[in-house]
Amino acid sequence: MTRHTIQSIREGLRAKEFTAVEVAREALEFAERENPKTNAYLLLCPERALAAAAEVDRKLAGGEDAGALAGVPMAVKDVILTKGVRTTCASKMLENYIPPYDATAVERIEAAGGVIIGKTNCDEFAMGSSNENSYFGPVRNPVALDRVPGGSSGGSAAVVAQGTAVVSLGSDTGGSIRQPASFCGVVGVTPTYGRVSRYGLVAFASSLDHIGPFARNVRDSATVLGVMSGRDPMDSTSADAPVPNYAGGLNGDVRGMTIGLPVEYMKHATGDTVDRIHEAVAKLRTMGCEVRDISLPATDYAIATYYIICTAEASANLARFDGVRYGYRSSASGTLSEMYRNTRGEGFGAEVKRRIMLGTYVLSHGYYDAYYLKAQKVRALIARDFTNAFQTVDAIVAPVSPFPAFRIGEKVNDPVEMYLSDIYTITGSLAGIPCMSVPCGTAEGGLPVGLQILCNHFEEQKMFRLAHAFENS
Amino acid sequence: MRLTDKDVRYVAALANLNLSDEETERMLHDLDGILAQMDALAEIDTEGVAPMAQVLFGADDPAHETATLRADLERPTLDKEVALQNAPMSGEGYFKVPRVIER
Repeated sequence: MTRHTIQSIREGLRAKEFTAVEVAREALEFAERENPKTNAYLLLCPERALAAAAEVDRKLAGGEDAGALAGVPMAVKDVILTKGVRTTCASKMLENYIPPYDATAVERIEAAGGVIIGKTNCDEFAMGSSNENSYFGPVRNPVALDRVPGGSSGGSAAVVAQGTAVVSLGSDTGGSIRQPASFCGVVGVTPTYGRVSRYGLVAFASSLDHIGPFARNVRDSATVLGVMSGRDPMDSTSADAPVPNYAGGLNGDVRGMTIGLPVEYMKHATGDTVDRIHEAVAKLRTMGCEVRDISLPATDYAIATYYIICTAEASANLARFDGVRYGYRSSASGTLSEMYRNTRGEGFGAEVKRRIMLGTYVLSHGYYDAYYLKAQKVRALIARDFTNAFQTVDAIVAPVSPFPAFRIGEKVNDPVEMYLSDIYTITGSLAGIPCMSVPCGTAEGGLPVGLQILCNHFEEQKMFRLAHAFENS
Repeated sequence: MRLTDKDVRYVAALANLNLSDEETERMLHDLDGILAQMDALAEIDTEGVAPMAQVLFGADDPAHETATLRADLERPTLDKEVALQNAPMSGEGYFKVPRVIER
């Protein structure tokens, strides 16, 4: 299983070395055996997987096109709805929730022949940077089992690193794909805001939420993103910009590309991470890229801006969990309003409560202008920094995280310290630009380090081309 | 301290969130620490900057569906039975809740 890529499965199916059902069976068995090491899967769905795989085999036998992801075993973060397959958001609140419909991304993946074998663990409602906020226990980093895999999409990063899925889907609001990708040594992509429909993604912060892929190489991540992208009438913010053939554009041609290295992004990073980024920059130069220092001056205000906006939006989005239409309901007796308060008090974990409280506070009377409105203005400045930068550079490179994977429990009692691990990823999220993490070596102890590549809106193709050339250099 | 116990309890009530005494105390400490970081925003000059609520493409183009309202057409929704499947309590085709009016 661990050696497979989308391409190797396609070739194996074509050469009749194996069938899609055989690959799915092998993947399910391997995942079941390996999962206790990491706790990355919350659930395997063999019935659904084998049915999807059988459909691929049927199409291939009939000479039909089985799709770009034909027979590829994949995992889906448990904040993305799968019809009939339990989707928990890693929360007690949705412990028994069975979605009545599929997310658009899931529908498109399966229409392209993808075989979803299970749902992955994550921070509760995608709120966290270490995957320690899951109601179902933390995920362990497959590279170093005493360390976190990053978060919030820790399970989706871990399954790809562990080889228990070939590719996976995660969601990113402030770095929840890129940071775990960097911690686990895999590729993780946050596309342009609106590139992938959010329909069926349980909402955390609607103006910042993205669905994106994890993969073991850039080409696979480009293929998965291509399948999911495009206008969806079910998400009014999904963009109807054309979807280029991302995987087809990986021609290695990066000579003459200009790349910016933001000086503000090197300030908080620790020794090994800084060294790896400088080595990556040197490599990009030998590949024919011109790398120059740039400044994104509003960066220092990004964390405050992000945590005001995302908590404000979260406090509104999570109001729907009130014990009436779905999810947990407190068994304590009382009036309707007591039922709401008890249900939410018992059903949400500590970090989710913290964010609901913070979001409610910054939106409350007397504080709205000072916090929420101010943050929206600073968000505009952060976005403007990028607009200005992309007038002179094709791409920006930076660390993904200031430090590699930390130990489980190390930062769990200090939310401010934990929020700092998002410092380099939230700027791109606030601006809505495409960004990704691609492995660039290891720090002490063999811990992976990720290089972040950021491009202008809808320039995924350029971003993938650079990442692919870097990966193969 | 920016916040008091009373503030935390007030905000928790706004959010319909029951917090234990222990949680309230912890929340007071955590929120205070986080808000201290957020006060840094007061330093940055945002005079004349329009607030950015959303990354929305084609917002200036009225023909762009992304930026406009969809056509007001009837379309199928979830069946009532399906919609009620995940309800903690339902009956007679409705969601059931505890009594609303106290006597």
